[in-house]
Amino acid sequence: MAKHIVAAVAEIPPGGRKIVTVRGREIGVFNIDGTFHALINRCPHQGAVLCEGAIVSRLEAPMPGEYRLTRPGTMIRCPWHCWEFDIATGQSWCEPDDVKARSYSVSVEPGEALAKGPFKAETVAVSVEQDYVVVDV
Amino acid sequence: MIPPGAIDCDVHVTVPSVRDLLPYMEPYWREHVERRGLERENFDTSAYPPGAAINARPDWKPEKGPAGGSLPALQQHILDPLAPEFAICNVIHGAQMIFSEDLSLALCRGINNWLAAEWLDRDPRLRASIVVPPHSPDLAAEEVERLAGDKRFVQVLLLAMAEVPLGRRFMWPLYRVAEKHGLPIGVHAGSSFRHPPSAGGWGSLYLEDYVSFAQGHAGALNSLLAEGVFQKFPDLRVVLIESGVTWLPASMWRFNKTWRGVRAEVPWLNRLPADIVRERVRLTAQPFDAPPDAASLLSILDQFGSDEMLLFATDYPHWHYDEDEVLPAGLPPDLLRKITRDNPLATYPRLKQETP
Ligand code: FES
Repeated sequence: MAKHIVAAVAEIPPGGRKIVTVRGREIGVFNIDGTFHALINRCPHQGAVLCEGAIVSRLEAPMPGEYRLTRPGTMIRCPWHCWEFDIATGQSWCEPDDVKARSYSVSVEPGEALAKGPFKAETVAVSVEQDYVVVDV
Repeated sequence: MIPPGAIDCDVHVTVPSVRDLLPYMEPYWREHVERRGLERENFDTSAYPPGAAINARPDWKPEKGPAGGSLPALQQHILDPLAPEFAICNVIHGAQMIFSEDLSLALCRGINNWLAAEWLDRDPRLRASIVVPPHSPDLAAEEVERLAGDKRFVQVLLLAMAEVPLGRRFMWPLYRVAEKHGLPIGVHAGSSFRHPPSAGGWGSLYLEDYVSFAQGHAGALNSLLAEGVFQKFPDLRVVLIESGVTWLPASMWRFNKTWRGVRAEVPWLNRLPADIVRERVRLTAQPFDAPPDAASLLSILDQFGSDEMLLFATDYPHWHYDEDEVLPAGLPPDLLRKITRDNPLATYPRLKQETP
């Protein structure tokens, strides 16, 4: 595992996402209300580009007819067969314990610290004035 | 072959004629029936035409009257030779299909009273399902309340295909009462023929109707699941009666698969639907469209993912098997005990309760 600088924070505003390639793997990096998350861009069902699906809310109902929209913008819906996954954990809505998309830990680091290493910045030019999204792959 | 203490979960009792119900009807409705000459009808259903060979095993046909219409015959054919601890009587009658909700209730009441007096009172091994007007859930609930104190009634009986799919909220008053009294909902094969048994339209032949009944059950179950009946009524159980057996695993596989993609439409359905079915739905094991060899049979049973779903039933007097081949050969003894006794006892809590 190594830490990879994948984007400047300003590139991915809240509600936004960026698909990056790290060590040959496509990864979707998401910003939910200022917190960053990363998921593999491959659906555990049949391999669709999961992170390019619609970002949706959790629709729940404790009882028939009692509709609740909870946690807006926290789920990703696979573009192929519409399975939903929790962006923060990769867990599927339907079988959270058994069907998961691989998730990666993400942090935000100031450019100043990054300049010292040991980080890999294959595609992102780092300047000391900005903060960066760093994914552990 | 049938272990002692078995519980027969589907025995058909046939009302010989509406005339026999008259003493058990309220005076108003007795007069109503007589003025209209309805006692000369028997509201035979095209789902169970008395003349169809499949509906009466030749050696179970009495000399006079309809098959299933005589208690001594039932004792001689089933209760004495197979010695079940209990047998649950299910009446299928045109009363369940009549458009007038009030007449339907009046006849159903007559049937329930007749069942209690002519059958349950006369053989302590008998239990019964409550017959209700299925197109009038409020009246149906009233009838269930009226009889709930009699613990010999162990289930509420509906047909798989009615005016609306069985899961619709319209039906919920009935389910609420059934759940309250520990009565499973028995969904028997059949239709009130408001709609064609095949979703494609009216077939020309009895054969089509008969084969389509399994799809009717699948439709009823899909509706109960999708509408959230099992969430709304957490203690309610459903027994699919005379539905055949082997269609269910494939149907559940399709349900699970589609649910994963469209589950946001039914957000209350928050677990694998097949798991809900395993916990809450039971099937009577006759007719059993079982493959002929034991290995294939066990592989199908394996696809259920549960050995608690099947319930022993003779389906008397229907002609699905000869001699005493009521269950397919090759069932391991453990499973045989479950099907014949443990599963029925777990499904029908009232079987364990004291009766007067
Ligand atoms: S590939 Fe993602 S749901 Fe099928």
